[in-house]
Amino acid sequence: MGKAKVKRASTSIDMTAMCDVSFLLLSFFVMTSTAKQPEAFPVDTPASTTKDKLPDSNVGIITIGDKGKVFFGATDRDVRVKTLEKMSSRYGVQFSQQDYDQFALMENVGTPMKAIKQVLAMEPSKRLEPGVQNGIPVDSTEALSNELYQWVQTARLAAAELNKEKESNRDFVDPGPLKIAIKADGAEKYPSINAVIETLRNQKQNKFSFITGLRAEDK
Amino acid sequence: MAELNQDSGKGGKGGKVRSKKNGGKVDLTAMVDLAFLLITFFMLTTSLNKPQAMDVAMPDKDKTEKKEEVLTADNRSVTVLLGSDNKVSWYYGQINAPIEGPTVAGFGADGIRKVLIEKKAYVPRVSGGKDVIVIIRPSDMSTQKDLVDILDEMKIVDIKRYMIAKISPEEIDVLKRDNIYND
Repeated sequence: MGKAKVKRASTSIDMTAMCDVSFLLLSFFVMTSTAKQPEAFPVDTPASTTKDKLPDSNVGIITIGDKGKVFFGATDRDVRVKTLEKMSSRYGVQFSQQDYDQFALMENVGTPMKAIKQVLAMEPSKRLEPGVQNGIPVDSTEALSNELYQWVQTARLAAAELNKEKESNRDFVDPGPLKIAIKADGAEKYPSINAVIETLRNQKQNKFSFITGLRAEDK
Repeated sequence: MAELNQDSGKGGKGGKVRSKKNGGKVDLTAMVDLAFLLITFFMLTTSLNKPQAMDVAMPDKDKTEKKEEVLTADNRSVTVLLGSDNKVSWYYGQINAPIEGPTVAGFGADGIRKVLIEKKAYVPRVSGGKDVIVIIRPSDMSTQKDLVDILDEMKIVDIKRYMIAKISPEEIDVLKRDNIYND
């Protein structure tokens, strides 16, 4: 009798199911991801055990870092454009349509109103070079010299106006007034933080958030 | 396994040599490789770790009156002065006549948290059931990290009443004396 030959199983594996699953996951990640933007002005925020997340939209973020440099930006593009329109009339600086388009793409701005036109005319990568943007002027007054005061106020007005315009839309959900968050570097000294807090308090923006990183429950 | 090319050509009419049918099976290995590479890429670039927002509420500012001091009962108020080098100084009562302190402490479980937990239990007993008030006074030498840390302690210890207030010159002297007012 001849030996019964053991039939060798094929070594190739059917990849169809694996392929299906991996592409399903891939499409999930493609659709849900919002690409991480390179931060315009990176700061190292301190950690806290707070679990509340910062909302994605309807927030005005004040960034403080690098020995008291202050940057301001809104999360929504339409609010940014409207804010700049209002700032332009307050400070008497005219902007072209191109400037507005550029500004809509800028995450935040950290320069006095006088110099903002030059910054908008620059290449986006050049704007972030050290020494180009040295912070928005902040002081303890409510006058035009306290430019942060004007930025925050105009942004809040802009957000409120845009909400009013959208009110007639059928599926409109009121996001409420613009929230203000302070994103400060952990090593930043208190006087520069205090100047910003007092600026907010002067316009009765008594509630705000500190942006922090995540820390484990206990150290 | 779905093998489509099993036909070995047996029993064909007239013994014609049939060309073997091929193409029923595609090697998907490379495709899977690519798909996983892309998944990895998208997973890493997605900002999954959204930053946390710690809500702070300040009292309404009275612009007409210069006086910013809020009077609190002596036996209810614990004042925490934020100094430099991640150190705080705390006292119970008033700065001119403190019931306890001022004492230097650090952050974390063995530092100011222990004090706060103790005072949170102690104050209602001496003040007729009223809870403790913590006043946070950051000095010019303290950092944002100190401020966030102490606010975090308020959350951890679950202190309902606390406020951030301005530091007085006497309190700065206390920090200087304890050598935690360094630039």
